[in-house]
Amino acid sequence: MKGWMGKSRIVLLFSFLMLFLAGCGDPQLSALQPKGEGAQASYDLMMLSVIIMAGVGAIVTIIYVFVLIRYRQKKGKEDYVPKQVEGSKSLEIVWTAIPIVLLIILAVPTVQKTFMLAETTPSEENKEDAVVVEVTGNQYWWHYSYKYKGEEIQTSQDLYIPTDQRVYLKLTATDVIHSFWVPTISGKMDTNPGHNENEMFLNAYEEGLYSGKCAELCGPSHSLMDFKVVAVSAEEFDQWFNDMKNADPEATPETASAQEGKELFEDQNCIACHAIGNSPAAVGPNLTSFGDRAEIAGIMDNNKENLIEWLQHPENVKPGNKMTGKYGNTEAEKPLTDDEASKIADYLLQLQPSEVTPEDAKEEK
Amino acid sequence: MSTATVQKRGFGATLWDYLTTVDHKKIAILYLVAGGFFFLLGGLEALIIRIQLIKPDNEFISAGLYNQMFTMHGTTMIFLAAMPLIFTLMNIALPLQIGARDVAFPFLNSLGFWLFAFGGVLLNLSWFFGGAPDAGWTAYAPLSVQSPGHGMDFYVMGLQISGAGTLIGGINFLVTIVNMRAPGMTYMRMPMFTWASFVTSILILFAFPALTVGLILMMFDRMFGANFFDPTMGGNVIIWEHLFWIFGHPEVYILILPVFGLFSDVISTFSKKRLFGYSAMVFATVLIGFLGFMVWAHHMFTTGLGAVANSIFAVATMAIAVPTGIKIFNWLFTMWGGNIRMTVPMLWAVGFIPSFTIGGFGGVMLAVAAADYQYHDTYFVVGHFHYVIVGGVVFGIFAGITYWWPLLFGKVLNEKLGKIAFWPFFIGFHMTFFIQHILGLMGMPRRYWKFQPNESLDIGNLVSTIGAFLMAIGTIVFIINIIYTALKEEKCGTDPWDGRTLEWTVPSPPPFYNFKQIPLVRGLDALWVEKVQGNGEMTPAEPLGDIHMPNNTFIPFMISLGLFIAGIGFIYQVDNKQWLIVGIAGLLITFISMFVRSMKDDLGYHVHKEDLEKGAGSK
Repeated sequence: MKGWMGKSRIVLLFSFLMLFLAGCGDPQLSALQPKGEGAQASYDLMMLSVIIMAGVGAIVTIIYVFVLIRYRQKKGKEDYVPKQVEGSKSLEIVWTAIPIVLLIILAVPTVQKTFMLAETTPSEENKEDAVVVEVTGNQYWWHYSYKYKGEEIQTSQDLYIPTDQRVYLKLTATDVIHSFWVPTISGKMDTNPGHNENEMFLNAYEEGLYSGKCAELCGPSHSLMDFKVVAVSAEEFDQWFNDMKNADPEATPETASAQEGKELFEDQNCIACHAIGNSPAAVGPNLTSFGDRAEIAGIMDNNKENLIEWLQHPENVKPGNKMTGKYGNTEAEKPLTDDEASKIADYLLQLQPSEVTPEDAKEEK
Repeated sequence: MSTATVQKRGFGATLWDYLTTVDHKKIAILYLVAGGFFFLLGGLEALIIRIQLIKPDNEFISAGLYNQMFTMHGTTMIFLAAMPLIFTLMNIALPLQIGARDVAFPFLNSLGFWLFAFGGVLLNLSWFFGGAPDAGWTAYAPLSVQSPGHGMDFYVMGLQISGAGTLIGGINFLVTIVNMRAPGMTYMRMPMFTWASFVTSILILFAFPALTVGLILMMFDRMFGANFFDPTMGGNVIIWEHLFWIFGHPEVYILILPVFGLFSDVISTFSKKRLFGYSAMVFATVLIGFLGFMVWAHHMFTTGLGAVANSIFAVATMAIAVPTGIKIFNWLFTMWGGNIRMTVPMLWAVGFIPSFTIGGFGGVMLAVAAADYQYHDTYFVVGHFHYVIVGGVVFGIFAGITYWWPLLFGKVLNEKLGKIAFWPFFIGFHMTFFIQHILGLMGMPRRYWKFQPNESLDIGNLVSTIGAFLMAIGTIVFIINIIYTALKEEKCGTDPWDGRTLEWTVPSPPPFYNFKQIPLVRGLDALWVEKVQGNGEMTPAEPLGDIHMPNNTFIPFMISLGLFIAGIGFIYQVDNKQWLIVGIAGLLITFISMFVRSMKDDLGYHVHKEDLEKGAGSK
């Protein structure tokens, strides 16, 4: 039976090693590959605690294995009565004192980093230049309202940030509690509905496209509330910000199909929820830069086929979303005909106000 | 009145006997059957969850059903499986370990069970009436308040009723330990399981009211138009989080402490040694119980409480590692120098030590607030709490049921089948949950219906699912063992394990009055003291005399049934006010039953000295 146990442990060990060798997960998603200030702080503490735990674990394992081999009942010794030891004061002191010391070693940096991560307001000197974003969690999408150099823009889903500086986030929610998490850049923070506004900062060290997730149960499509963080250089960020600010929501699309799509978009009253441009209204995601989005609905590749699927069968893509049944012929199998959906898709996909896109961030990785 | 004579009385009479019993050993069987049933149900839900996550982008069940599945898995396992199975262990062993003839309030013991049972049934009825609760077992507002349908109403009502049962049970055990100990059984001579149950009962007494307050606020929000958790009307959603975790964190210790105590007894018995550092173990148990109330906000590090609160709760949480470490080392040193018999209960204990140690490591890691921002609400947390709840509580329940099975049915569970059940469960457990820590760090949040194909989470989830099925195999073998033992095994007689404590001084199964004469306790491990210093039998502390016993009663069943009916009425009055009639009718049944109980003199009966001498009731 012992051999059996040993074998299973070896198999387990190897399967874990394999995982580690595979690189500890997706580099855009894994907290084990930190690429930002917050994630690095958490990672360092993680490693410190793992080292301490491994040390304690080694001692426990040695005693455990020794005891089980040495003191297991031998054949013929069934009646042996061991000495009835009461205990040992000095041993009790040893295994009380040493853990306390180890925990102090762990507690000091814990408190330090906890306070460091709570520095969520820009200092006086860079107050002017700091990027501040109001993040709002919604079932099942994210809204961002930027305040930067006295200007304001609105966008959704893809959060553009400049690298190598703290971007300050103020987090709330409109409906239920969500939690904003970009594992590679920083730990998570809840977005609470009501007056409990939270704050955190993001500081990405490298340009890149990073995956974000909702980490607090928020309904059926909780697992589909993904978003992206697009970390670009400060110059690119400035360019993107200006492009977004100057985006013209009334601009006439180039192709005829997209022009008809624009009319349909207005006729179907999509505009009642979805702002294009810098209107702060945010019943549904802001679509100003929809053509540049990394994903459709947070989870599908951004292409026309997927967009048509999303427009025609939103409930299949994201159960419980609030767009279902709000437009078109809701009695029919599909709210929009293939033709209508195709035209609206053409219109939305040509909404590309900026040269700076998630593709840039992707390429530079 | 052993099971053998009961079986001869026919099914109807047996059923009536169990519906009305106030005997702690029969109530233990009731808790075992009900808790075991809910354990299997929760396990089935777990398998469905793991099948859904066997591969990326799986469509095995819908998103809405998945949320119901994990909500019911968590709620069922904590409230309807782990709690009653812990109560099974307390009911079997606690009165016997302190040399008592029953618990302090046999009537309340029965009432506690029936409240729990009807609450559990009410909660699970939701599956058949439009959908189960779907806001997680933590039921965070406002998702739980906004949740459509009646699922969350069943949660609120079911848990209030079963929670009342648990509270009553806790008070009962507390009074029992304080008042009913045999002569000579001082506090510092109590077996560790009794000590742990004592601390646990205190935790129940203080923790469950917080949950009840939360549930009542939510009930008013959902059913009667209040706005405690609605921010647009001046409410605050964070209140629920605090109330839930002020209950929820002690709840973890309510589950684990009795198991700590049980393993102390098991390890000591099967090492043939006195527990190493008994007084340190008692101290550690009390300290864990106390600190258990000081750390609830570590479940809320990402709620936004601020750096000061997070730091305080981080350090307080780390402090719990110290008494827990004391326990681990004392167990190891109990075995050190011993003569270790690898019986099935001991095998579970030996499996428990490394499993729980890993769980503890995860706990310390989670206490590091600034790192918890990464772990929180991911599979790291799921891995961690299954390590402590399965690796601790469930291993303990398997160990305890095997250890004390003779006290319930007079037979020792088949050892060979017991070991065959252990190995797949143990290996499957580590396969399922260790990898979940890593999945969490790789970016997989908990309560995810789907993960995406390009996220490198495929292998980990597959391994986890395979492990879950191994655990299912272990559980099935355990059930086969119960059936096999009932059919094939011989009666085992008194003291089958060469025990050290009072529960092994009575025949297996014990007579309904437990002790013909209350024993005199002369030290820690009272039976062991007699084995070494005396003739191996307890010295009686009283002359043989008449034994006063309580009558069976059907009233606890009626009180609980009334609340069950009232619960349904109040849930459906949201749709149609006429259902209020049902609610009031249910309450009337309850109040009339209580009135009858108060007005009717029920003085019990006596087992006469002469009959005892003839051996009545023992066999």
